[in-house]
Amino acid sequence: MSAAIELRAVEKSFGQVAILRNINLSVAQGERHALIGPNGAGKSTTFNLISGYMKPTSGHVLLRGQEIAGLPPYQINRRGLSRSFQVTNVFTHMSVWENLRCAVLWSTGQRYAFWMNIDNLPEVRDRTAQILTDINLTARRDVPAGLLTYAEQRALEIGITVAGGADVILLDEPTAGMSHAETERAVALIRRLTEGRTLLIVEHDMSVVFGLADRISVLVYGQIIASGTPEEIRGDPKVREAYLGEEVA
Amino acid sequence: MLELIVISTLNGVLFGMLLFLMASGLTVIFSMLGVLNFAHASFYMLGAFFGFQISQWFGFWPALLIAPLLAGAIGAGVERYGLRRVHRNGHVAELLFTFGLAFVIEEIVQIIWGKSPVDFRVPALLDFSAFTIFSTSYPAYKMFMLLISVAIFVGLLLVLKKTRIGLIVQAALTHPHMVGHLGHNVGRIFMLVFGVGTALAAVAGVIAGPALVTQSNMAGLLGPILFVVVVVGGLGSLPGAFVASLLIGLLQTFAVSMSGSLSGAFGPLSPAYASTWLADIWGVTIAQIAPIMPYLLMVLILIFRPMGLLGTRDT
Amino acid sequence: MSEISASAAPPPPAAAERLRFYASWLVAAIVLLLLPNIFTSGGSMTTFSLMGISIIFSLSYNILLGQTGMLSFGHAVYYGLGGFLAIHSMNIIGAHKLPIPLPIVPLIGGLSGLFFAALLGWVSTQRSGTAFAMISLGLAELIASSALILRSFFGGEAGVSTNRTKLLKLFDWSFGSQIQIYYLVAAWTLIAVIAMYALTRTPLGRMCNAVRDNPERVQFVGYNPHVVRYLAFCFAGFFAGLAGALAAINFEIANSAYLGAEQSGTVLFAAYIGGIGFFIGPIVGAIFVTFLSLGLSDLTQVWQLYFGLIFIAVVMFAPGGLTGLLMMHRPLVKAGTLPKVIPGYLIALVPTLAMIAGLVLSIETIVHYTVNPGDDPHIKAFGVGFDAASPFIWALAAVLLIGGFLVARKTWSWVGHAWDEAATMAREKGIAA
Repeated sequence: MSAAIELRAVEKSFGQVAILRNINLSVAQGERHALIGPNGAGKSTTFNLISGYMKPTSGHVLLRGQEIAGLPPYQINRRGLSRSFQVTNVFTHMSVWENLRCAVLWSTGQRYAFWMNIDNLPEVRDRTAQILTDINLTARRDVPAGLLTYAEQRALEIGITVAGGADVILLDEPTAGMSHAETERAVALIRRLTEGRTLLIVEHDMSVVFGLADRISVLVYGQIIASGTPEEIRGDPKVREAYLGEEVA
Repeated sequence: MLELIVISTLNGVLFGMLLFLMASGLTVIFSMLGVLNFAHASFYMLGAFFGFQISQWFGFWPALLIAPLLAGAIGAGVERYGLRRVHRNGHVAELLFTFGLAFVIEEIVQIIWGKSPVDFRVPALLDFSAFTIFSTSYPAYKMFMLLISVAIFVGLLLVLKKTRIGLIVQAALTHPHMVGHLGHNVGRIFMLVFGVGTALAAVAGVIAGPALVTQSNMAGLLGPILFVVVVVGGLGSLPGAFVASLLIGLLQTFAVSMSGSLSGAFGPLSPAYASTWLADIWGVTIAQIAPIMPYLLMVLILIFRPMGLLGTRDT
Repeated sequence: MSEISASAAPPPPAAAERLRFYASWLVAAIVLLLLPNIFTSGGSMTTFSLMGISIIFSLSYNILLGQTGMLSFGHAVYYGLGGFLAIHSMNIIGAHKLPIPLPIVPLIGGLSGLFFAALLGWVSTQRSGTAFAMISLGLAELIASSALILRSFFGGEAGVSTNRTKLLKLFDWSFGSQIQIYYLVAAWTLIAVIAMYALTRTPLGRMCNAVRDNPERVQFVGYNPHVVRYLAFCFAGFFAGLAGALAAINFEIANSAYLGAEQSGTVLFAAYIGGIGFFIGPIVGAIFVTFLSLGLSDLTQVWQLYFGLIFIAVVMFAPGGLTGLLMMHRPLVKAGTLPKVIPGYLIALVPTLAMIAGLVLSIETIVHYTVNPGDDPHIKAFGVGFDAASPFIWALAAVLLIGGFLVARKTWSWVGHAWDEAATMAREKGIAA
């Protein structure tokens, strides 16, 4: 079975500045994989390359064995890969319900239909209701997304990401800016929503990483310096030196 | 033939420089303030009319100095009391504000000066022929226009490259948000930029007034071409605006002097098609379609290179 | 409905709500039917016909601006092309005695608008935001200028005319009289409004709103924003062409003004002044602007200046338009706190009216001196006569304008305070304000 996501010899430069150098990464299907590293290492750039926001300068990006480098984001999304954003990126003037409904729409096969009333589509309504309940925002269903609290917006962000039923999920610092309690709730939510799916997550909170991930890759200055199980990473001296520091175990 | 090419080149470069005087202000205002000033051509028109009125009272040379300052002051006021207020209502509101402003300025000009052209004359000092190429005499006034445009262009370049304010403007061209973060008084800079940008357009108006027709529809005629210049050059790119201005200036000037047509090249259509639209296209001369050539160029650019010739920023 | 939807989804409209919804359309139809019996003059029929045309045109514009976030300065192109093709069709139908009655002709206009929008739309919608606005302007200028070159199709400066009574008669209606034209326009207006409203309730309609709010995110939920914009553009073109055809039928002529910048500007004014954030906004705006342009021109020479000033005022102080202003008060009405702000409004109204009076006085006086300097200075503006040469009037104008402005500023800040209080009270009652 081919890997869910595979990066082979991926390089990305902006003009003369090389951001990513010879990245090789493999995420197995159903695996929960964390990408960690110091700020500026190139984690968001990696996400951008995988999700189609940018094109790699060279190298291959494969989704389930198929080349997706250079495809526009909407085509990659239609092949079953969905990503969230570090800075909340929702539809601000639409209600929570409508936000989720837009995320569900393509996967129900509606395409650009203009001949039916969207309120009369039971599958759309059911799927949207399911996600709304999953992310615990039922009480805030009709509130415009721009008026939600920060944590609620982050929950909505994750909801939009998984609503389409994609089986490869990319989450970009989903717990950034959250309190300890909020983080715990968010992690429980993520664990529930990505059950049975492939997850690639960028995170700075090490408790989240070590609690959630099956495997971890460490990105420093555009290169992957280590990749393995949480125990292997925790014990790796290169990783300690570059990122984790000499922690009191 | 050679004569035609030389004259057309001179005229084309002149027109291009005039366009650039306006397009440069427009580009810098857009890059810094994020709003495309729909009323920019209106300040060009104000420059022409202020220049006319002041030259009636005090003569051309005072007008050359005072009219742009007056227009620039109005521009600064528009930014401070109008645009800044509208800014919080969003991008669309800002653009619509400048659109409404253009409309109102045209109405006011019509009320005060009427709808017919006004008699804005070339100053007597410059009303002679500079030189004669082959058999055509080239007016000294046009050389004067060219001189002023080039002088301002060089001045702008120096200010941008050699002064502190120029450095800030350059930075704001690509990273407008950072300029505020660096501690500069953004409000004052914006006002200055808007004022100088509109003053530049007004200068173009003052010097173009006597040569071209000074009429209340000036802004409406030149405005769309101005936008074509910035779209073709690439929104937010000063070098792009320069190249596009010259390109369109030369293109239009050469086109106007060409009387070739499809029928001229390939012979007349058969009589069966004589009164149809096909005949219209067949018989139209390049000179007739000269006014729409900039728009054709814009459509081509949009199809083959949507970000403009030297465009760097998206909107 | 499944169990999960029953608990989480918005409930389907109750029977009473649905009845109210359909009843309101029925009431609208009845009102349109009975209008000629209330306002019997031919002039009123013309006014209503023009309003209907403007409503369809403005709503079509709002498909672009309010619903999909596309600001176009060249929408009149599709209006005009619809008009021209309608005129040519009528001439062909009349000449060859084809069995196509007049009520079908607006559909031809709509299909023309659709055709050209489909042709030009893909390139137009490539960019969004300011670039799209500029592109729309350039394309509009291109086509409007071409109108003078392609003289056989566009008829040059004079335009192309037709005779609408020469088509096949249905039920003995020759459509010569204005009242019959009114019924034609009213019927098509109702159909168009229903159709455009229905569009907002479709998947495409919802994705248009998503593209307006966040085109970037739309890509990451599987939709190509370019396709969404293109389809919206085509629909807008269809309804614009429909409106243009009705205008051509009404005036029995189509000329290059139909395509021009002024026409594009007018529909923009109408939609924006009405309010682009609500479906009925452009309807309100169309009625208001038609009314204003017909009424104001009787009252003053420079009505276009006032028009522009009203537009700027709306952009600066009421960006949600008239409908936005009204809807803003809905939470207050629901919470019952509206009475808190009404006294403030009444007080602020006085200096504001004074300021406006001063402005009008100044403008009309200046106009007298610049436009008709030789005339008798005893002029009339807005039905009020005064002596433009009297220094007393100048002083009065100055006092009203400046004094009114200063006092108005103070009173409007009081209104602001009252509003804050009312809004806070509404929020305490659980109503979002």
